[in-house]
Amino acid sequence: MTTEILVPALIIGLLLCCGFCLYRIANGPTAADRMVAIDILGTVVVGFVAILTALTGKVYLLDVALVWALVAFVGTLALAKYLVGKRLNE
Amino acid sequence: MNEIGMTTNEIIGLALIIIGVLFDLSGCVGLVRLPDVYNRIQASTKCVVLGTTLILLGAMVSLASPQAVVKGIICILFILITSSTAAHALSHAAHRSGVSLWDKSVIDRYAEDHGHENNEEGAL
Amino acid sequence: MDEMKASSSTYELKPWVQRLVLFAVCFVFWLALVWPVSPVDGQLLPGDIAAGLFVSAFVAMVMKEMVRVNFIRFVNPRSWFWIFVYLFVFSYYVLKGGLDVAYRVLHPAMPIKPGIVKVRSVLKTETGRTMLANSITLTPGTLTIEVTEDGIFYIHWLFVNTLDEEEAAKQVLRRFEWFIGRIFE
Repeated sequence: MTTEILVPALIIGLLLCCGFCLYRIANGPTAADRMVAIDILGTVVVGFVAILTALTGKVYLLDVALVWALVAFVGTLALAKYLVGKRLNE
Repeated sequence: MNEIGMTTNEIIGLALIIIGVLFDLSGCVGLVRLPDVYNRIQASTKCVVLGTTLILLGAMVSLASPQAVVKGIICILFILITSSTAAHALSHAAHRSGVSLWDKSVIDRYAEDHGHENNEEGAL
Repeated sequence: MDEMKASSSTYELKPWVQRLVLFAVCFVFWLALVWPVSPVDGQLLPGDIAAGLFVSAFVAMVMKEMVRVNFIRFVNPRSWFWIFVYLFVFSYYVLKGGLDVAYRVLHPAMPIKPGIVKVRSVLKTETGRTMLANSITLTPGTLTIEVTEDGIFYIHWLFVNTLDEEEAAKQVLRRFEWFIGRIFE
């Protein structure tokens, strides 16, 4: 009974987080704002996967969370390097 | 089992997940509301990392199998290390590329010492 | 930087010991991630363990030059104790930081007064400074922007209480420095 209301509420809450991140990606005034939003979107998705793990009871989904965090981290570092490099080339 | 049909572990896990989602939401509200890049990095990194850590803890508690606990702990450690490193790299790159602070900022010692145009090979 | 080099040359391990430690670390990670226990009857799965041994041995053979960690530091039981204490201190500050930032963000008037301050750390080792920088980023209202070679931290502060360098260092750095100094020095 309680879970029937709570679980959709939790998922809508995280979807709202994704919506805020997408808003910042769409109209961030600078490139750095967009990168921050992309980075945070990756972490929010890890939270999503963790909620899925708790709901379904399938532990292997935590592997997905781990790999997602790793790939998001590498992507953020590459974007940060690109941001510095763009200035050097101008 | 009690009258709600959930074990104690599941109730504690659900509570942790709810708190985590609330932290995530406040972090993303900060991403939209705050005025400049550095403030946004601060708010979003701290709140979202804390929120995601709590969600993972909740998933660990509600599953309560040794496999889930080990994987969850590895995941939490990983997120704590990588997100702070990513925040550091992003803020450094933003300052290097010439994004200035908010108008009402009090002080900028880094620009005083290095300047926005400092393009020497840095530690990134 | 120089202290780091000196200490690692003093404690340089023999190559085969280094490979053995790397092999053990890889194998433990494999066991934690693969979890070679059958979900049906709880028996160990020898095939998974054998594959883990093979892969860890391969990684230890190939990656020896890439991993340069001073393993000696991690066998000291006193630093394990202080890492344990530091975990609690750190999680207290992470929780406090999240609540503080959430309050500032959700407050209608947004009570922020941001600025970048410059503080000087007393830590000497690179590992200690890295750990300090990461800790600062996750705790109330502070974000490390750069760490220079001589231990100067440039820190973005969400609510600048003081413009004085010493006072800022007292408020931002000193609460972690004591513990990290116990762990690494």
